[in-house]
Amino acid sequence: MIGAFRIPGAGRFKQAKTARFSFDGQSYTGIEGDTLASALLANGVHLVGRSFKYHRPRGILSAGAEEPNALVEIKRDAARKTPNVRATVQELYDGLDAQSQNRWPSLSFDVSAVNDFASPLFSAGFYYKTFMWPKAAWKSLYEPKIRAAAGLGVSPDQPDPDHYSSRYAHCEVLVLGGGAAGIAAALAAAETGVRVILADEQAEFGGSLRFESGAKIDGQDGFAWAQGAVAKLAAMDNVRVLSRTTAFGYYAQNFVGLVERVSDHLKTPGHDLARERLWQVRAKRVVLASGAIERHMVFADNDRPGVMLAGAARTYLNHYGVAVGKNVGVYTANDSAYAAAIDLKKAGINVAAIVDLRDNPTGPAIDEARALGIEVNFGRAVIRAGGKLRVSSMTVQPKNGGGERTIPVDAILMSAGWTPSVHLFSQSRGKVAFNDETKRFVPGTYAQDCVSVGACNGTDGLSATIDEAYAAGAKSAKDAGAKTAKGTKPKVDASENWSRGMLGAAPGAGPDTTVKAFVDFQNDVAAKDIRQAVHEGMRSIEHVKRFTTNGMATDQGKTSNMHGLAIAAETLGKPIPEVGLTTFRAPYTPVTFGAIVSHARGPLFDPTRKTAIHPWAEAQGAVFEDVGQWKRAWYFPKAGEDMHAAVDRECVAVRKTAGLFDASTLGKIEVVGPDAAKFMELLYTNPWEKLEPGRCRYGIMLREDGFIYDDGVVGRLAPDRFHVTTTTGGAPRVMNHMEDYLQTEFPHLNVWLTSITEQWAVIAVQGPKSRDIIAPLVEGIDMSDEALPHMSVREGKICGVPTRLFRMSFTGERGFEVNVPADYGQAVWEALWAQGQKHGAAAYGTEAMHVLRAEKGYIIVGQDTDGTVTPNDAGLDWAVGKKKADFVGIRGLTRPDLVAKGRKQLVGLKTKDPKVVLEEGAQIVEDPRQAIPMKMIGHVTSSYWSENCGRSIAVALVAGGRDRMGDTLFVPMPNGAIEVEVASMVFFDETGGRLNG
Amino acid sequence: MLLIRCPYCEEERPELEFRNAGEAHIARSANMAGESDDDFEKFFFIRSNPKGIIYERWRHMHGCARFFNAVRDTVTDKFVMTYKAGEPKPSKLPKNSNEVVAK
Repeated sequence: MIGAFRIPGAGRFKQAKTARFSFDGQSYTGIEGDTLASALLANGVHLVGRSFKYHRPRGILSAGAEEPNALVEIKRDAARKTPNVRATVQELYDGLDAQSQNRWPSLSFDVSAVNDFASPLFSAGFYYKTFMWPKAAWKSLYEPKIRAAAGLGVSPDQPDPDHYSSRYAHCEVLVLGGGAAGIAAALAAAETGVRVILADEQAEFGGSLRFESGAKIDGQDGFAWAQGAVAKLAAMDNVRVLSRTTAFGYYAQNFVGLVERVSDHLKTPGHDLARERLWQVRAKRVVLASGAIERHMVFADNDRPGVMLAGAARTYLNHYGVAVGKNVGVYTANDSAYAAAIDLKKAGINVAAIVDLRDNPTGPAIDEARALGIEVNFGRAVIRAGGKLRVSSMTVQPKNGGGERTIPVDAILMSAGWTPSVHLFSQSRGKVAFNDETKRFVPGTYAQDCVSVGACNGTDGLSATIDEAYAAGAKSAKDAGAKTAKGTKPKVDASENWSRGMLGAAPGAGPDTTVKAFVDFQNDVAAKDIRQAVHEGMRSIEHVKRFTTNGMATDQGKTSNMHGLAIAAETLGKPIPEVGLTTFRAPYTPVTFGAIVSHARGPLFDPTRKTAIHPWAEAQGAVFEDVGQWKRAWYFPKAGEDMHAAVDRECVAVRKTAGLFDASTLGKIEVVGPDAAKFMELLYTNPWEKLEPGRCRYGIMLREDGFIYDDGVVGRLAPDRFHVTTTTGGAPRVMNHMEDYLQTEFPHLNVWLTSITEQWAVIAVQGPKSRDIIAPLVEGIDMSDEALPHMSVREGKICGVPTRLFRMSFTGERGFEVNVPADYGQAVWEALWAQGQKHGAAAYGTEAMHVLRAEKGYIIVGQDTDGTVTPNDAGLDWAVGKKKADFVGIRGLTRPDLVAKGRKQLVGLKTKDPKVVLEEGAQIVEDPRQAIPMKMIGHVTSSYWSENCGRSIAVALVAGGRDRMGDTLFVPMPNGAIEVEVASMVFFDETGGRLNG
Repeated sequence: MLLIRCPYCEEERPELEFRNAGEAHIARSANMAGESDDDFEKFFFIRSNPKGIIYERWRHMHGCARFFNAVRDTVTDKFVMTYKAGEPKPSKLPKNSNEVVAK
């Protein structure tokens, strides 16, 4: 026998293998098929955790996903530590290692349990009141202390070594919940031939058939019928059966998120198995068969280990073969707990007494209990549970007062009734309706194509459930397009029936303000806290919830919501529907980040784009930087060089001889068609109609508000063909912007837009020797200054492959940009590199590129501009066509604020001490001695050491900057203000002679 | 995740393939340069932001890449209908607003 509380002949694990496991270092034996909870109970272990706030000893309340108390850490190795695992859903495997949480130094002796005695300090809303003074202490003292003392598990401190998978699925009928209702609905839908998915969170299907002993379907025991029916479903080609799979979120248009626990129940999961699998299912129809969750009774000290839900005790007995005690008491307000008492009694467990809050209930369950010799008390309440680490007694009193009687027990099984699980229905934006007669919220108005069946719909009784579910399954399939149906409805031969119950506090819950009659076990909310919230002025259930935190723990109030609502309603003196139900939100049960992230982490988080020349740069030892998704060579350090030395060398080489630069990431768009020039006129500020084929122009693109959106050099290859370049980061949005105008504002223009960024590798060759380097490799292009002047473009061949050869410069030197098909990018680069070596050329990276362009005052959109800069602000008025009737941004440019005086303008800054390099982003003031906060008149946008100028250089946006030429301004820094002089943005070769040098 | 019917592809596709592109039926003046400050303000800055039916632009970004118009209920997020760019604002909406209809 495995465990002292395992009952021979009970349960369903006849031939099961044993499994060793440990809890808090102590070794135990369970059997495969157990949950951690059933295995602990089989060994007589009830104390499994400490509560969130008061550190009260806690046991196992339930046998399912609703568990608020039995949260443990499951540890496989140093990196695989999962906190807050519900012991009631964790399947046992050989070698499982579990630890209790939120206790120190040990579970049975926890020093923080002093919180329980100091509990008046921790009543509802305590952190809003108790710790308000002194204010500064909240952040530094109170909050960290409270957070350390409260809380549950500890997050793992190593990266998650497991992998997760993700799948999309489509079906006609998705059935959520695999109890009798879900199986019946799935059978009906599957028999029509449509695609059906049936999912259940448990390892085995059957739902409440796992514990019901009185159900018979098609001549079989209910659970056996369920296994047979699911096996039949699983064998059908059109059906996917998912066990251990929780539907956690119901989103728009029947899009449902499910998470399948693939290997958490295995001893050695192996690398080929994902830990969890996320299913994103789009279903034409959804059948909700999520069942009902039993409520506890709210009375003093109802959280003592050994006090549990009656249905849970029955599950442990009938499914796992485990008795939850040797001498149990039952406290109930409905019939279902009688069935638990009867089953336990029949299994040889002593049932000390049934205490029924109802006055004179009648029915077969009550008769049977009496016939078995169980003491049954009506109109009485359990007002208190005795014991601390384990319940030892229940104190019974007539519900309207009178003499007390204490009955020794080692477990109390309680049932206040069953709450329909409307979570997913509510997530689907359906509106629930309160049934006053049965005191429960059931699905009311539907918002999506779904239907609720069985207990979650408030349908009582197995026959009615199967009738309803089978019909709903068939109808869902038909509505989703099924043509034929040829099945037979399962026949219910016997069933258990119960309903009703009570909501709110029982007599043992107060009214005094010291009794801890728990409503929400996980967040330590007692009935008194909810009453207090109402007394302190909370009126809406949403406020009561937030003030008390009732229902806000990870169990989302599965057992507590209705009790909390009823107590609030009673205290307010209002009917329940007027107080309202809080909204259920996804996820139904906690979902790991791993399942949601799946493979999208590390290098797979975002695509990495590499240019054709990347391998060469890598081989040269380039240091790369991320620019959007691109990896760009930042600089090419030689042995012993740091970044500054490398950049200085690269910058000098470009101006002295030449440099090669990989400009492939530049956005490139081809604008083609009879109306291409007209389109360009509308999208750019510049005039284009008269630009001759073979020439280039620097273009500025605005938004309608008149601010600079992008810039780049545009070459006209033919009357109807423009080769447009954009900033590296701006390429996708510029393309989108162009498409938007072409499709929606100027659809009359006959133009095609094609992104050609990745078609062309671009090699910039810049410097006095650039032509000498390129010319020997070029065929069919006259490279003379007369034939190919600055800002022109020719098509021809280089190294035998087609090229679009641009004569242009982003350095201020004579320069070329060689476009070749990307496949030839590296080969042409290597050929140019070999030529360059003859002249002493250097490869340069993005940092040198930035310095060189800043030396010339060439702006970078997005660095020197920030979406509030006009062409005039940037000193680029010359690029705005004055005679144009229209372009995007033409009206924005004349807005009053955009033509006002004193706007921030781009200017150069020279530090008085040429060695000081300003910080980009630093603020600029006129007078550093003024009181703080100072009046800031601008900021530094670009700043570098320029080896070519022998000094630091900077670009800044300064209010009225062009009127301040030569003025002294200040950049206040932590170590004092830096004196700067406003200067021209062109720091090098002011006349521009070197473009032809 | 919403399903959106692209009026060009004539297919319902998942929301991931689409990008919202702001309110629809805001005409750009043929005489843009001559717009008054007030008219420009209305054109560029003022949006209706209704609770209920909104007319908006979407782009089938990862599909046919076309811009189109949609009628959506901002309360339920449901698409009432979609139609091609350039077509007039529908004067009547379909009765069953659950149904996404093609023009």
